[in-house]
Amino acid sequence: MSNLQAGQPIPEVRVTPDKYLTNRYAGASGDFNPIHIDEEFAKMVGLPGRILHGLWTMAQVARAQTDAAGGPEHLKRLSVQFRGMGVPEQEVVVTGTVREISGGHAIVDTVAEQAGKQIIRNAEAELEL
Amino acid sequence: MPVNAKAVGKQYEPVQYAVGREKIREYARAVGETNPLHLDVEAARAAGYADVVAPPMFAVVFSAPAVGPPIFDPEIELNFAMMVHGAQEFVWGPPVVAGDEITTTASVKDISEADGRGYYVFESISTNQRGEQVCRGIWTNIVRGV
Repeated sequence: MSNLQAGQPIPEVRVTPDKYLTNRYAGASGDFNPIHIDEEFAKMVGLPGRILHGLWTMAQVARAQTDAAGGPEHLKRLSVQFRGMGVPEQEVVVTGTVREISGGHAIVDTVAEQAGKQIIRNAEAELEL
Repeated sequence: MPVNAKAVGKQYEPVQYAVGREKIREYARAVGETNPLHLDVEAARAAGYADVVAPPMFAVVFSAPAVGPPIFDPEIELNFAMMVHGAQEFVWGPPVVAGDEITTTASVKDISEADGRGYYVFESISTNQRGEQVCRGIWTNIVRGV
């Protein structure tokens, strides 16, 4: 069982998506939007290159919560806002702080950053303890 | 051009999804999950589950196909080329395990406009073969330059 406490951070998740991650995630998720897997196409539409799937980054935020709470069954709600874009081969860092605990549930404020910029912001998770 | 909000409340045909053990493992590996509940059948059974457990965000795999039809519905006139995924919320019920049969129904929750952007909010409701609601998704897509 978790030892979450109000006002305390949850353990960070740090992960560096490798060069081919977006291809594997495309296959796993079914999202083959070429901005994630085709360097030339991504540049043609004005992006710096292939970008991460926002929902992959959201899955890293979810993993930080389930790891902190002790398993997948504890995560009851997660809402996020996507901002900017994530890119492969740069570390993604998920941090969070327990805002409150009441009625057997914890509310966690959490974000994902890459190179010091938030790519997921204003995220809120509800964990059943 | 103002956004067209006539479709608010519209519901789409349910989409079926059969959850496979190897699909859960493939997804779990792609998102970096190491919890054996997602990867090891014996570990999942020892914890009381019938088979490997889907990570919560696996909800994307079974519910996103239901959200495609509203995004491309001509009645909604959403300009896909200018769309970005602005926000996402999931609310989870009982865990999904390999072997489950999930049915997802999508609907148009809200269409609005602010500061030259269109906000298209879709809802997905996913239930398992026992009729339990396993996930509700709120998908907020933002279209620039409406």
